[in-house]
This record gives sequence, C-alpha cells and structure tokens, in this order.
Amino acid sequence: MSNQATPTHDNAHTTFDTKPIWRTFWVLLGITLVELALATIHLKTQFPPKYVLNGVYLILTCAKAFYIIAEFMHLGHELKNLVMTLALPACLFIWFIIAFVSDGNSYRELRNRYDPYQVQQNNTKIAPAGGEEAPATPAQKPGEQ
Amino acid sequence: MAQAIPAGTKWWSGGKSPFNVEYGKLMMWYFLMSDAFTFGAFLISYGTIRMSSNSWPDPNEAFRAFPGMGSMHLPLVFVSLMTFILIMSSVTMVLAVAAGHAGDRKKVTFYMILTIIGGLAFLSCQAWEWTHLFGEGAWWGRNPFPNINGSKASTNFSNFFFTITGFHGFHVFSGVCINIIMLIKNLRGDFEKRGHYLMIEKAGLYWHFVDLVWVFVFTCFYLL
Repeated sequence: MSNQATPTHDNAHTTFDTKPIWRTFWVLLGITLVELALATIHLKTQFPPKYVLNGVYLILTCAKAFYIIAEFMHLGHELKNLVMTLALPACLFIWFIIAFVSDGNSYRELRNRYDPYQVQQNNTKIAPAGGEEAPATPAQKPGEQ
Repeated sequence: MAQAIPAGTKWWSGGKSPFNVEYGKLMMWYFLMSDAFTFGAFLISYGTIRMSSNSWPDPNEAFRAFPGMGSMHLPLVFVSLMTFILIMSSVTMVLAVAAGHAGDRKKVTFYMILTIIGGLAFLSCQAWEWTHLFGEGAWWGRNPFPNINGSKASTNFSNFFFTITGFHGFHVFSGVCINIIMLIKNLRGDFEKRGHYLMIEKAGLYWHFVDLVWVFVFTCFYLL
C-alpha cells in the first residue's frame, strides 16, 4: 500500500485552477444552446435538412464529450500513457457504430424487399402524418428494386 | 493538454505509480471505461433498431410537455432544463474537487451539498417526465405515439426510452448516494485526517461520467 498516497501527494496541494472550469461550463452551455436553436429553427422553417442537422448534432455531441472528459474529469492533464490506455479501447466504438448501424439499415432493406406485411404496415396510416419530416423515400413495394 | 513524460523520470523502475495517479483513481477510470461500453451497447442497439425501422415516432411530439403548462406544445424545453441542471451539478462537483485540492474542508462541504441538490433535482425531473409519459400511455411494451409518417409504431420506441433513461437514472441515483456518503465522510473530517481528498475526486469522476452519458442520451433520444 506504499503507493496509496505517494504519487498524488506531491501535487496534492498544487492549485487546481477554477478558471478552466467555468470556461468549460460556458462552452458546454453554449453548445447545448446552439443545438436547441438549430432544432427550433428546423421545427419552424424546415430549413437545415434533417440529415445535415443529425451530422451537426453528432459532431457537437462529441465536442461536448471531449470537454467533459478533458476538463471536468481532468484527463487532459494526466500522463499521456494513461490517456492512451483509455482512448485506444474507446476507438472500438468507431467500428461498433458503423458495423451495427449499417447492419440495421441492411435489415430494413431486406425486410422491405421480402416482407410485404412490413411494407403494408408502414403504408397504413393511423394518424395524419404529423411530423415535420415526411419520409424521404416511401418504403419499396415487394419485388421492386 | 496531456502531460508529456518528463525526461529522466523512470516511471517504470519501481517505487512510483507509472501513471502518476493513485490506484483507486486508476481503477475508477477503468470501471468507467467498461461502463461506457455498457451504455454504448445500449445506445448502439437503439440506433440499430431505429435504422431497421421504416419510420419512428417524432421526439418533438412525444416529449413536448412541461410541468404546469398543460398541453402546450413545448418541445425540448423540459429536457433542456434537465441538461442544464446536470451540467450545473457537474460544475459544482468539479469545484468541490478543486476545493479538496486546496484542502478547504468547508468549501468541499458547500459544493458537495450543491451537487447533491443538483442530482436530486435531475432525478425529480426524470420522475415527473416518466409519470407524465406513463399517463400518456407509454410504458415498457406500450407505445401511444404514432410514427412520424402516420403509421402505427412498434413498442421499440418506449422500450428503448425507458430502458436507457432508466439505466442512466439509476446511475444518477447511485451517484447521489455516493456523493451523500462523501459528504458525511467530509463532515466527520475523515479526509482532513487522511491529508488528501482523493475520495472526492473519485466520486467526482463517476459523477462527471453520468453527465457525459446524459450528453449522448440527450442527443440520441431528443435531437436525432
């Protein structure tokens, strides 16, 4: 247990600057407000197309995640080796997301091609199409390519 | 940015912690790593199912209520409030950690109390939202919201919503419990006796992780 307190004890009383904390807070708040503004503009005017917005949201979300991890969790100030033991496994997420999301997409296309019931369900309206976005491409009829 | 390793420092020759962090803090990082994969699996399965559906309910229709505003159409307003509360409590947590670095016990107490209040406020908001959705007829296995193109939606929407926000809410709840324990230990003067406030830092890491997950939940359920 000799290493219990030694490593951090050296800098236990170094000052932990509170300025970057507040800067990070304003960045996070600002990004969230931008996201909300974009969503509201889209609701009112349909202007930025939904797929463009989705890309923007994902980028902004990753930016927020970066700030929380680097500043609030202080990982940006740790040794590079430690950062790498966390950042490299996290890269698995890139494969994970691409593989599974494209798998879902392929499943949808296969079902639309081979499962008439699924297509019929999608074309049966139980409510007026209430959303701001109509589906860009209606489901394909079976047999159609 | 990340510290480079100072030349001449032999981190790996024994007698030092090679990553220059205490054992418990390192293990907290690896726990959070594994927890991130759990949440990642949940959110990616949500994405997969959503991609495999021809249409999906409109979040702006499903989450449009605000307490005390009746049936007014206020998409995103309530969830923005929840996001703000959680970010704010993350800030007070990191201020508590900073106070711990300075060895200021009173300030640690003050900021821990604020953090706990923030966590409880978030949980109350979530309780209200769940109750409201339950009142609308949504629950596991039940989904009253039609798809955005007007067709009948499967129950996937509410199943994923309640499972993932529930799992996150449970993390918030355990985070609040941990923070309360830390507050009690701080009031007893345990950390002052020990000479450092590393326990506050470890609880802080967990608390920030909860905030981090919320950022992704917010995007996946309310924005996309």
